[in-house]
Amino acid sequence: MTGVLRRLLLIVGLPAALIVTWYAASANSENFYAPPLRQILAAFADTWTPERLRADVLPSLARLGAGYLLAGLIGIAAGVAIGASPRLRAAAEPVLEFFRAVPPPVLVPVIMLFAGIGNGMKVIVIVSGCVWPVLLNTVEGVRSTDSVLSDTTRAYGITGVARLRHLLLPAASPRIVAGLRQALSIAIILMVISEMFAASNGLGFTIVQFQRSFAIPEMWSGIILLGLLGFGLSELFRLAEHFALAWYHGLRDAQRRS
Amino acid sequence: MLEVKGLRKVYRSGRREVEALRDLTFTVAEGELVCLVGPSGCGKTTLLRCIAGLLEPTSGEVTVGDKSGLAIVFQEYGRSLFPWLTVRDNVDLPLRQKKVARARRRELVAEALTAVGLDGTESAYPWQLSGGMQQRVAIARAVAYEPSILLMDEPFAAVDAQTRADLEDLVRSLWQRLGVTILFVTHDIDEAVYLGQRVLMLSASPTVVQDELAVDLPAERDQLHTRADPRFAALRTRVYAQIQAAKARTGTASGAAGELSSADR
Repeated sequence: MTGVLRRLLLIVGLPAALIVTWYAASANSENFYAPPLRQILAAFADTWTPERLRADVLPSLARLGAGYLLAGLIGIAAGVAIGASPRLRAAAEPVLEFFRAVPPPVLVPVIMLFAGIGNGMKVIVIVSGCVWPVLLNTVEGVRSTDSVLSDTTRAYGITGVARLRHLLLPAASPRIVAGLRQALSIAIILMVISEMFAASNGLGFTIVQFQRSFAIPEMWSGIILLGLLGFGLSELFRLAEHFALAWYHGLRDAQRRS
Repeated sequence: MLEVKGLRKVYRSGRREVEALRDLTFTVAEGELVCLVGPSGCGKTTLLRCIAGLLEPTSGEVTVGDKSGLAIVFQEYGRSLFPWLTVRDNVDLPLRQKKVARARRRELVAEALTAVGLDGTESAYPWQLSGGMQQRVAIARAVAYEPSILLMDEPFAAVDAQTRADLEDLVRSLWQRLGVTILFVTHDIDEAVYLGQRVLMLSASPTVVQDELAVDLPAERDQLHTRADPRFAALRTRVYAQIQAAKARTGTASGAAGELSSADR
């Protein structure tokens, strides 16, 4: 019981201390741009009503989800194809590294030119940034599939689609998940940025609107909401990973022990 | 059953050619247990990979009674089992691929796991088991597949001596009870004589079958008495002498060929 309590204290301790410090330090703040936390929290409750969440947060999340999912599918599919073929890999790798090095936000104005300013543009922006970590990690994961396991699979006549399903994808899954984890934080950043450039709703759009109309506490509340959202999504991701890669963590622990 | 005729394998890397296997011809009859021994680097692994269809021979042919019925057990048990599948699913996967009916599959998996003494580990993951048990899973997988020939590539080289003796007896008893045809590759002369009905000795690379020996030990063998049998000693001495002779005849090419064939893995 005390063990659980101690762990809980450890988890909540630092966030609580930070909030208390912020609250106390900002309590008598006269600075227009850094209002008291009390005021921000009050604004939070007033601003993020269910209607607001439906009108602004939901569209953001939908675009995030669509872009992330699409990037995941494209990244894994292309990554498996490239990873499984040495020739394709030799041809594609330098190009991929180049594209990966281009910071996605600079592409936003370019993408706007041909994709307009609608949902499509935002999804494309998210995909263009998220696809690289997934793709490169998948390539690496497929490439490093164990040769003995690969021989075993072939010797038992497991080829083609079955090989993909029973060997390549599971063998690459730890790397794929690592890529997806990186892609998640990129997706959130690009979701906000794409909405800041041109949008009529969404979290990024709303925060910029507050900023331009000097609704500073509301702006801060939006930033806090973004932080909470990112935190929630990464926790969700961790939970999913915990189940999907249970075998991998077990295997690693076993190898470490021996 | 297995028939290998005029098998030759030449590795090419750039302009360099290394002849790993020169001319191998032998057969393993239905239900036979044959051991292959040879000096290290003699291309045992290359040979096995050619038989298993993992490597295209340069010339010659390999005929397996029923192509879909070939199973293989590798030395590296830790790397030949699927770590994301449970023991049961590891044994089951090749059967699913072979399109065996579900009920029959369940039977085969249960029988195979019982046969290798792994009852009760069905839901465990391979990495939760000891090395010897993992190799048992690989053997169960091979046996459940009901192969017309079972290839074993130095399967016990990486387990401790105690476990090794147990696993050798396991292979003997599985072979006697289930009537599988086994080609067992090893570098250990004692193991070859203890296990086999027949021992094929390979020359150093470029490899040919150097000699062949029928093991006329009683069918019922056990670690204590068989190994103390004077007949056992005589047989192992003969195999040993042949291997030494093969090594002495080695040209400079053998080392390079050995390197290449292991690098190719």
